[in-house]
Formats: sequence, C-alpha cells, structure tokens
Amino acid sequence: MSDAHAGPTPGDPEEGQVSGPQAETGDEPPGVPRRVIGTPSPAQARMLLAETAPGSTAGLPVQRPRELPADPQDLRAAKTAEKVVAACFMIAGLAGCAFIASYFIFQVHSVVGVQHSNLALGLSMGLTFLFMGIGTVIWVRQLMPVVEITEQRHPLRSDEADREAFAETFAEGAEASQFVKRPILRRTLIAATVPVAVAPIVLLRDLGPLPGKSLDHTVWRKGMRLLNYGANTPIRPGDFSSPGGMITVVPDGFQNNFDALAKAACIIIKFGPDQVVYTDHPYPVTGYTVKNWTVDNIVCYSKICTHVGCPAALYEETTHHILCPCHQSTFDATRGAKVIFGPATRPLPQLPMTVDADGYLVARSDFTEPVGPSFWERGNST
Amino acid sequence: MSARRRHPLAGYAVVLFALLLTGIVYAVVSQAGDASASPAKVTPSALVQEGKAIFSVTCAACHGDFGQGTPGVAPSLIGVGAAAVNFQTSTGRMPAKEPGAENDRKTPELDPQQIAAVSAYIESLGGGPSVPTATQVSQRGANVGFGQQLFVADCAQCHNFDGAGGALTYGKFAPPLTKSTPTQIYEAMLTGPEAMPVFNDTTITPQEKRDIIAYVVQSREEPNPGGFSLGRVGPVTEGLVAFLGLLLFMVFAAMWITAKHRNTPQEDSNE
Repeated sequence: MSDAHAGPTPGDPEEGQVSGPQAETGDEPPGVPRRVIGTPSPAQARMLLAETAPGSTAGLPVQRPRELPADPQDLRAAKTAEKVVAACFMIAGLAGCAFIASYFIFQVHSVVGVQHSNLALGLSMGLTFLFMGIGTVIWVRQLMPVVEITEQRHPLRSDEADREAFAETFAEGAEASQFVKRPILRRTLIAATVPVAVAPIVLLRDLGPLPGKSLDHTVWRKGMRLLNYGANTPIRPGDFSSPGGMITVVPDGFQNNFDALAKAACIIIKFGPDQVVYTDHPYPVTGYTVKNWTVDNIVCYSKICTHVGCPAALYEETTHHILCPCHQSTFDATRGAKVIFGPATRPLPQLPMTVDADGYLVARSDFTEPVGPSFWERGNST
Repeated sequence: MSARRRHPLAGYAVVLFALLLTGIVYAVVSQAGDASASPAKVTPSALVQEGKAIFSVTCAACHGDFGQGTPGVAPSLIGVGAAAVNFQTSTGRMPAKEPGAENDRKTPELDPQQIAAVSAYIESLGGGPSVPTATQVSQRGANVGFGQQLFVADCAQCHNFDGAGGALTYGKFAPPLTKSTPTQIYEAMLTGPEAMPVFNDTTITPQEKRDIIAYVVQSREEPNPGGFSLGRVGPVTEGLVAFLGLLLFMVFAAMWITAKHRNTPQEDSNE
C-alpha cells in the first residue's frame, strides 16, 4: 500500500500541478512524493491508480473513506494468535542458538563427525527459518486485516506530451554535449570501447586449449602391460582362466593417473570355447571380435561407453551383455561389443592384445580408433 | 461467506500427505532379520547318499537326474562345486519357485544339514570350488580400505558402491548385499552365480576377497545420521525425495499461506 496514491510521476512537469493530492499540500515540491517509511501513506485513495476514465488527461481521484480496520474482529483469537506467533519466534531463536552451539559441539575430525555436524547444523538452521516463516504467516493470516484491492492495467505507451518532452530533452542534451559537433571525441570514445567489447571473447581462451589430436588416442602403447585395477598387478592368461571372469584393467604406469584412465580404462573378459564370434580380419568389423587381438579367448574392450563416456562395465556372464548404467546402452561382448540396445551408436573399441616374453597380457598397440563418445573432429568413421 | 471455508483440494491434500507419511514410516520401520546357515558334519559317503536323495526330489526336475542340466531351463551342475550349491541354497535362490530372469533371495527351503548333503553330492559329480572355511572368510586383519578400492573397481558397477544392488538387462538385476553372509559373498565371487562374472582366486586372491568382504560388512554398519538411508543408492533417490518431498511441502505451504482465513472481510465494492 506504500505507493497507493495517485501522485504524479517525477518526470511529469505538465500535470504535476493539478493531478495529485500531494501537490495540493504545498509542503513538498510538486511531483516528488516523499514519505517516511513506517508512517501511514498520505494517500487518500484506495486504488493504485487514479479512477479516471482511460484516455482522459486530467481527473481527480475519488475520495474514499479509510477501510483498513484498526483492530482484528476477534480480540481473543488475536491474543491467542499473538502468543502462538511469539512462541514460533522463540523456537526460531532457540534453534538459531542451537546452530551456533552445534558448530562448537560437533567437531569434524572423522567422517561420522562430519555427518553428525551436517545434520545438527542443517536441522537447527532449517528449524530457525521454518519457525520464522510459520510465525510470520500466522501473524499475517490471523492478525493483519485482509483487504482485497484491484490493480488496474494501463497502457504501456507514455503520454504524447511525455514523449515529446523526452525527445526534446534528449535532443537538447545531445546538442549540449557536442557529441555530434566534435567527431574526434566521438570516434575516439567509440574506439576506446572496442577493446572492452573484445576482452570477454579473449577470455574464452581460458576454457582450455583445443583438444587437437589428444582425443584420437590413449596412453596405451605396444608392449604396455594390463594391470588388474585395484590390486594393480599384471595378469597372466593362465591366472585369468575361469570362463565368465571379468575385471577392469588399466595401463601399467597410469594406474593412478585419472586423466589417462578416463580414456584408457578397459575391461577384459574370459570366454569359454566357441562363445565368441571371431573375424580373421586384422581390423574391427562390426559384429565380430578380432581374433588376432585376443589371447586364449580373453577379449579386451574399452570401458568407456561410446554414447557419453560413462564406464560401461556391467558384464552379465549368462547373456554376455555389457550394460552401461547411465543410459542402458547394451553391447554384445561375444560379437565385438556391438550395440544391441540403447542410445550408443558404435561398438566399444577392442584393444589389441598379446602376451609378452614373461607371459603377461600386454597391449599390441593403442586402440585403432578413438574411444568414448563422439566429438566434433572425430568424423563419421566407426 | 461461510465461517470456515477450506480450499476444495484440502481434503485430498490431507489424504495424500497421510499416505506419504505412512509409506515413509513403513519404509523406515520394515527391516527384516538376517538368517545365516553353516553346514554340520556327517561321514562323507553317507552325506553324498543323503544329498543324492534330496537332489532327486528337489533339484532333478530341472537340473536332470545326474545334474547334467536341461538346455534353456537349468544349467549343468557338473563341476560347479559345493560353493555354488551352498550359495544358491543358503540364500534360498534354489530350489527356485519358477524359471525366470533372476532368482531373488528368499528364506532357504533346505536346512544346513540338507545343504551340506546336496553340496557333497554335487562335489562328488565333478569337483569344483568347495565351501570356504571360517578362516577364509574371517575379517580379522583384513584391509578394509584396500577392500573398498577393489570393490569400487570390480563390484560397484553392478552392486552399487554401498552394496545396494542395481538393475541389469532384460529383468536381471544385481542383488543388494545387505543380507549376504561373508561365506555367501566369498562363494559368489568364486562361482559367479547367475549373471555375475567369476572372480577366481588368481584374479582376486583369497586375501583380497577377505578385504572385499570386510568392506561390504563394515559399510553396512555405517551410520545414517538423519535417519534415512534411502536405500543408499546414491544421489538419484536423494534428489528425487528432496524434489518430490519438498515440492509437496511447498505446495501445501503455499496453499496454507494463500488460503482465505475466516476473518477476511468480503469486499465487493472494488470495481
């Protein structure tokens, strides 16, 4: 209700003298409504806008009697509500004290300590705001009078007089600034703003260097051993001999390099005889596993889903599905990890594998295609 | 207007809220007990004979008279070993009620004595991994931290980092590990029941298996300050509960804040 008067707007020199209640008091300069916060509005009108017919230029607001009741209707109920609100505020205050107290009481030297601290801090702060809110709402609902007001729409377009005045002022200002008359000032000023506009574009460089060719290859190299991730031990085919076995493997030397593992992590699966559909081609063919890249029916696939790069390692021994938990892309491990369900469009790349002189599983080379999700420069190759 | 005027949807809102509350209370309260089994001791040959008798009554219908299996229905049991039998029967998965994508854990139908007998019989058919001893599954001296690393690397993708389990393809699922005994966890790694891969002793060493078991058991005892574990399946449920629960709360709060209260003087002269 603070602005519920029909005073003229400050930029309204024409009508300021006649149209508002303030203008008639004479205490204030015309057109500048002033009011001490917390005091009743000097406005007499109950409406947000003057009740004038649309389009008419001058009209006085209709004087209406004061309608806000000074007291609630039911004084006893109001007294009760007052107590309830005060109780809410006291609870809120106590909860606030509890917040400060729990900061000191619950120390965070252990994981469980952090959990308890979080619980105590969150709960006490939550209660503080909750009871402040409840108290405020009860206050408003039970004690304050409720009066419905109607706010009327008005055209967004300013009056013709205002528009003319503005245009005149603008032209006057432009003239006075000599912006038009002195081209050297104008041009140097514009030139000065150009670097300011360009600077944010330059800052985009901090988004990082362009990936270049780094997405096309991983850290796998010829002769690099496959480590059983977690234990970080090299693997002999004879040790990984139970059909239905599946483990995550990482390149030797990069087991703690998560940037490298984000692309280089693989799974190896041990199949029984005659389970895998092999091709004798020396390169991947969709629907087939490259036989020359396997060792004793042990097959190595990238763990990075070709959809958006989640770790796809939910291997089901019975159906030989590799499931990605993020979007349910499913790959057939017996057929070169070809996609049989879900949004992925390419098979999981197969890592060429062999054994070294000591009998451990090693990479024959890097992947022959980029692993993981598609990217702009990847092209359409599979 | 009437003295007590409620929002027309208030009744529904109360019922909905009560239902929600009941559901939450039920989910919190319903915690079933744990059942574990350990085999007893009888002379080996008599045990095999007893096991054969139980097998022909309980298992042979699907797995064949000699445990050779039925293609498309039930796998061959020759060479699966006592560990697989003990796992399947002590978790109640076998005998199965019906063929399906996945057999869920239920109360065991065979008692420990019968389980030991059937295990001995299956072992006599073709060897295979035997039931781990109490020492093999002991958590004394196990490295829980290393167990967590191994669990995250090899188990968590299906069983969730906290052993809460998760969905697989075509109706299969990785079961929660909340009720698995250390022996059952060891047997599962060793034999790879249902869709689970095999982790033999040269891939995950017996010591590493004990570390993993220690992690699974210890993570179950992790407290849930605040009272709600929400299945411990991670931020998705937490976010969903926060979103739906708080949304509901805020809707009710908004209804309460904006509802007309009885002291409202009705104004009809405002036009």
